[in-house]
Amino acid sequence: MPTNIDRIRSIVIEQIIEETPTVKTFVFKDEISSKAKPGQFLMVWIPRVEELPMSVMVSDKKGYAAITIRKHGFGSTALFNKRLGDLLGVRGPYGNQFKIDKESKKALLVGGGTGLVPLMRLTITLNQLNIDTTVIIGAKSKEEMFFEKQANDFLDKTKHNVIISTEDGTYGVRGYATDVMSIIVNKDKFDTVYTCGPELMMKKVVDIGLANSLSIQASLERYMKCGVGICASCCIGDQLVCKDGTVFNEKQLSTMIDFGRMYRDKSGRKVNFHM
Amino acid sequence: MHRRLKRIHEQYNDLLSVSLAGLQLRNPTMLASGFLGISQDVFNRLYRMGAGGIVSKSISIEPIEGYRNPTVFSLEESSYINAVGLANPGAEAFSREIASNRNVPIIVSLVGSSDNEFPSMIKKFDGLNILGYEINLSCPHVAKMGMEVGDDPEMVCAIIKKIKSNTHKPIIIKVGIGSVDVVKIAQVAKDAGADAITAINTIRAMAIDIETMMPILNNRIGGLSGKSIKPVGVRSVYEISKNLGIPVIGCGGIFTWEDAVEFMLAGASAVQLGSVIGYKGLSAFTTITKGIKKYLERKGLKSAMEIVGLAHKY
Repeated sequence: MPTNIDRIRSIVIEQIIEETPTVKTFVFKDEISSKAKPGQFLMVWIPRVEELPMSVMVSDKKGYAAITIRKHGFGSTALFNKRLGDLLGVRGPYGNQFKIDKESKKALLVGGGTGLVPLMRLTITLNQLNIDTTVIIGAKSKEEMFFEKQANDFLDKTKHNVIISTEDGTYGVRGYATDVMSIIVNKDKFDTVYTCGPELMMKKVVDIGLANSLSIQASLERYMKCGVGICASCCIGDQLVCKDGTVFNEKQLSTMIDFGRMYRDKSGRKVNFHM
Repeated sequence: MHRRLKRIHEQYNDLLSVSLAGLQLRNPTMLASGFLGISQDVFNRLYRMGAGGIVSKSISIEPIEGYRNPTVFSLEESSYINAVGLANPGAEAFSREIASNRNVPIIVSLVGSSDNEFPSMIKKFDGLNILGYEINLSCPHVAKMGMEVGDDPEMVCAIIKKIKSNTHKPIIIKVGIGSVDVVKIAQVAKDAGADAITAINTIRAMAIDIETMMPILNNRIGGLSGKSIKPVGVRSVYEISKNLGIPVIGCGGIFTWEDAVEFMLAGASAVQLGSVIGYKGLSAFTTITKGIKKYLERKGLKSAMEIVGLAHKY
């Protein structure tokens, strides 16, 4: 087996978990991916279709890892439709990771959609370090909510609280994850907030975090071609999300003019996020 | 050259500075076209990291999205194969991107499928704070652009003449390994008025995944860069520089200061770095520049220009 993480490694989809009608988790054996750090990503090759940057999901089997896919565009839909036994390729893991301050006493995780993936990997570390952890999972509706059980299971050895918010109120608290965050940061004394999800949600998380003088770690997502710091498709200001990120702290985030405002499309043109 | 830029470059007029075709660079390292070349903020960072010059991604008259991924992947031998497909934001958006450039020595790479596309692009960039143009006549994986133009001597001649009549800035022609010999195309470019040659571009290549039994690149065929192509680059620079006497910029698998010096001995007045950035990061510019400096000092030389083409006598 090649040890160079840049080489494409063939993997077989050995298990498929249906999280929601539009979200699936594929489990596969790959020693290198199983050791990915929270916040790192793989470039996942869907042969003859696409290659997508994806966060590495946890598997409970040793030497295994997983990816969690939301059916969305051309590439992710092709991936979503893959079956047991199908072949994919992966390279990586790439990027930095969430940094956990050893002094940290109380952590807050705010995630939405497949942005929950790096946060799930993070909960395992927080559990090991015995850090009191609150997770806010944001979803559109009960039907589209996932990872509640995983969050509780992964945090079994530490004090924890998993809060669900749904936009339509069909489960948990009605509203956005950031609405819940606004309320609980005033009640509890968190030191760090970790976030991953839609960028406009993260922008709100960062704004609330800054207003409350919290340390912030956000894992950002951008369109990528290379994953290794040579194409600049993923750049925000002078930072490359693939190489300098994916995780940025409050200092970096507060100077990123385009964070929550603009991204670059496949041609490299800047495009506004839809508000 | 813009007065402000000229002042900045004069500050670096020491051991490492090089001049070619009217360009003055504070050191011989440049960013190769195709790498990191779309953002002014990233250009500023590269300049802070020590790059002597920066060549943008190849810009076309209209934006190009490029091919679907996989567009680039790594081989075992510190090399990449890519078929990005000349993705770029287009002349209009890119001219806005670099409109605020102050002191970064930017060379705009242009690509087009006929001579008629260049004047309007030049018009957008000529008033900006840039050093000159590199014309990509050698991208090996896009139909009717790059190498398909570069393999046509008449078209090469027409494009260069058209550009020369529309700008006073230096123009550098980037050549590669196509079906017409690289030295011959460089000769055509020189005769048509090119100020310098960059050699070489990536070389047409392919890789197939043996498990899925499928080509990896979405475009199937791409261009090989990195260590694998270095000897071909050195040979091309040597032959072009020795036979034509035109200033040459070396490109192709430069990973270390030793590689850079080898290219300069072959005749390169400056060198371009690309693939190395993926393996060693942006610090490659400083590492390589420092290595060249030490080498020059050890050899008791006063200027980097002294080693350019030293191997020609053999």
